Amino acid sequence: MGDLGYIAPEIILLIGGLFIFCLDLAYDPGVGKKSGLSYMALSALFLTAALVAVVFQLDISDPEAGPKIAYSMMTIDNFGSFIKVTIFAGMILTTIAGGRYMNRRSGNQGEFWTFFLMVSLAMSIAVSANNLVLVYLAIEFLSITSYMLAGFLRENRRSNEAGLKYFLYGSIASAVMLYGISLLYGATGSLYIHDIAAEFSLLMGESTEVSGLAFAALPAMLLILAGLGFKASLAPFYQWAPDTYDGSPTPVATYLSTASKAAAFAVLARFFIVAMASFEVNWVPVLAAFSIITMTMGNLAALRQNSVKRMIAYSSVAQAGYILMGLVAVTSSSPSAMDGLNGVLLYLFAYLFTNVGAFLVVMALEETVDSTHISAYRGLIKRAPWLAVMFTIFLLSLTGIPLTGGFFGKFYVFGAAIQRQYFWLAGIGMINAGIAAFYYLRVVREMFFTSEGEGETLDVPMALQTSLLICTLATLWIGVYPSAVLDWVSNASVQLLSVVP
Amino acid sequence: MDSPDSIVLTILLFWPLVAALLVILLGSSDSLIKKGSIWASLLPLGLSVYLLFAYDSDTGGMQFEQVAKWIPQLNAGYHLGVDGLSVPLIFLTALLSTLSLYYSAGVINERVKEYFFLMHLLEFSMIGVFLALDYVLFYVFWEISLVPMYFLIGIWGGENRGYAATKFFIYTLVGSVAMLLAILGVYFATGTFDIVEAAAAQPFAGNLTLASLAFWGFFLGFAFKVPSFPFHTWLPDAHTEAPTAGSVILAGVLLKLGAYGMLRIMLPSFPEASVYWATWIVGLGAIAIVYGAFVCVAQTDLKRLIAYSSVSHMGYVMLGIGAAAAVMTPEALAGAVNRFGLSPQAIQDSAAMALNGAALQMFNHGIITGALFFLVGIIYERAHSRDLSRFGGLATKTPHFYGLMLTAAFASLGLPGLAGFWAELFTFRGAFAIMPYWAAFGTIGIVITAVYILYRIIQNVFLGEYDPSKLSHWTTVQGEHADGPTDMVGFEKVTMWPLIAAMFLIGIYPTPLVKYFNQSARELLAFVQNLV
Repeated sequence: MGDLGYIAPEIILLIGGLFIFCLDLAYDPGVGKKSGLSYMALSALFLTAALVAVVFQLDISDPEAGPKIAYSMMTIDNFGSFIKVTIFAGMILTTIAGGRYMNRRSGNQGEFWTFFLMVSLAMSIAVSANNLVLVYLAIEFLSITSYMLAGFLRENRRSNEAGLKYFLYGSIASAVMLYGISLLYGATGSLYIHDIAAEFSLLMGESTEVSGLAFAALPAMLLILAGLGFKASLAPFYQWAPDTYDGSPTPVATYLSTASKAAAFAVLARFFIVAMASFEVNWVPVLAAFSIITMTMGNLAALRQNSVKRMIAYSSVAQAGYILMGLVAVTSSSPSAMDGLNGVLLYLFAYLFTNVGAFLVVMALEETVDSTHISAYRGLIKRAPWLAVMFTIFLLSLTGIPLTGGFFGKFYVFGAAIQRQYFWLAGIGMINAGIAAFYYLRVVREMFFTSEGEGETLDVPMALQTSLLICTLATLWIGVYPSAVLDWVSNASVQLLSVVP
Repeated sequence: MDSPDSIVLTILLFWPLVAALLVILLGSSDSLIKKGSIWASLLPLGLSVYLLFAYDSDTGGMQFEQVAKWIPQLNAGYHLGVDGLSVPLIFLTALLSTLSLYYSAGVINERVKEYFFLMHLLEFSMIGVFLALDYVLFYVFWEISLVPMYFLIGIWGGENRGYAATKFFIYTLVGSVAMLLAILGVYFATGTFDIVEAAAAQPFAGNLTLASLAFWGFFLGFAFKVPSFPFHTWLPDAHTEAPTAGSVILAGVLLKLGAYGMLRIMLPSFPEASVYWATWIVGLGAIAIVYGAFVCVAQTDLKRLIAYSSVSHMGYVMLGIGAAAAVMTPEALAGAVNRFGLSPQAIQDSAAMALNGAALQMFNHGIITGALFFLVGIIYERAHSRDLSRFGGLATKTPHFYGLMLTAAFASLGLPGLAGFWAELFTFRGAFAIMPYWAAFGTIGIVITAVYILYRIIQNVFLGEYDPSKLSHWTTVQGEHADGPTDMVGFEKVTMWPLIAAMFLIGIYPTPLVKYFNQSARELLAFVQNLV
């Protein structure tokens, strides 16, 4: 198998996407009779197969072993595999839960699930790519499929707006990033992340003074950060996010705010930690500033939202700021248990289940009472007690209360910041945790503090409930006994850090 | 490390959680939930009484320790243990929990399942804080104690409950996160999350700046909980809006968590910073005593008055802790000897006395204020008002209630023969030798306390002529119409008498209780003297 085996997950997704596409063309039972649920099931099946394939690639037997290279363009390492497991898990949960939602709202189910698998494929490639052109192509591929998915509900103006807004911002961000890549190529003569890293470390030598063509690295770095920061919805490139998340079909918003963000952070980490290793003193303050602005802006904007969907959209902007805090505090020289990169990975993993869960609750309310307004949540404890309890667990996890995954995520990124003695950064994170608690609790208050709506019960679809239950259990599991996840996380980050020159 | 009966603490800790889950899973009818909950809570109460007897205060130190792996990657473990400080406080927690469950069974008829689930969860988290000897574990319990209390205030509270619950949660959360940062700092300085080991390793010894940062991180976390002036503003709202049992637990146990944290973590881990900042702690404590008392006099709401009296009374605890902190290290002790011309032994004895006073005040305040909040709840169930101007002359109408309120109020005032007296005596006696001016300032509070207890509570509510026109909507405790105030009924008496008995017992013969506290206070002082 060789190289082909290394890219098995991607091949499975490609075949799956094409298969659904062809099936949709060939099999036509007549207008109005197509059931999208079979496509949804197929999509879930292929995603699960890809997940299994990635799990087989995880090499935890020997964490010191180096990464493998597939067709010279892709790095197959535990870091990438861990992120892929996270992404695929999120996509599977979203698929299962979102089947009925999409089926009710759109007739073009074959196309939707084709794109859904293609998005997963694009993220998977982006996570592993070690060549900047492949990174660019993967991000572009991810963006274009996402534009279509965000605007998928053609009859719905808000969905159109979501797609268009995403497209307008996204195309500019991509162009800017491409310019950054070309600058790097000019400075180092290579597009491979490892070669760029080696060239810069040669140019820079031991000094921290910028010499020769290395000066091009700094503008290039900022331009590429703009492109990737757009994907990860970092301030100041986040303005598209609330509108897009709010207007998109909820399954699309779910993956945009979780899996897509995880992919963007993986690329960010690979790029900054490996390729830009020689410029750590330069990018650390930049990322720290981005982190502070992102969490503060996201939290302040979320305070005033009355649509729960939009509130979670802003909150996921803020959450990106915390994740970035981990990246700021990476210690590539002497990694310890509570390294920033471990924090990023653990946070992403916990955040994925939590935020997917939160969006699925929003979806459940849309399915049953067709509203995302906060008043629809009044007295939810009486109408759908388990839904209210699970949402509370997700909200507490987003706040960072112990016994949920979100707590250990915050614990790690705060820990990394303290370890590097960035007390001010941790302090601002602390104040933000207080602000965030306010709007998360507002929803809890609506759900629990009144007995209104007693007697009615909401009929939440079974598939959606299953996904929600998995998200809840995963959130609690990481919060109560994080040991197993921590092992995967440190195996993943050790391999990425091992290639830093 | 593990003693043979170390499993005791694990059972004590997890039983309330099991009870909470049983309520959810098996609670088919309200009366079953109520009865089952009360019976279930007797096990932790029994175990806490067992600990009182089984803890060997002659040997001292941590006993019944249990250690197991939890997160080996971080060196964070499941480490439980009790010493002379935590044993009585665990008893207090279990006692107030059982009484609260018992009392609630009589008055809570709405959303019963959730209520009893949350009460058990609350007991679980509070006992967890007192047992945990690992920072991560400590923090976990510390934080999750917020969640059930938030719901208790928010669901079963008064008019303004949403506001009060949110305020309570966010204030304490901000404090807790500050503490989390300090915990992480300690971890990176010592490499362990074990509270005992970390204290022995003396994080940031010799670096006053970092030690002060960590000290203030912890202080913020604890001060919000105590609550120390000026971090107390969430307390009157939370207490006033909370349901009766919620107020009892909040005042009786949750406030103690903060003071407990200071004694368990701050003083032994950062002795130099503690000495440096001791005047601040004492000052904040003394201001809280006087300020809290003055604010009490101005209250028109009976429950709010009791709530502010907590601010004042927890000030004694801060005063005692701060005074002892001031002379902890050998240099500070030597300085104090020079200043006052007393022998080192006398200063040390005073410090131990101040600590004993603080610990006693924690325990007594739990009993006394717990009782006062129950009594306020009892009258509120009948009058549906807490407005002081609408009461008067209740002494003749409700003699039993009057008698118990009189006892609890006098205990709160510090009348000799009742529990509160000893705590005040010890605290001030200890603090006078070390910080005479602040202690003298604090005594103003004692006088003002007499004013609001005698004038606002006793005279306003009970004495004088009963005037039916002041308040027309009296009901019985079951909510049926009544022509006037009715006296306490059976279940209310059963709730109250154990607390009243404890006030008399401790007031007349405090020695057994002081013995536990004294042991741990001496150990703390010796630990620091030997280390630095």
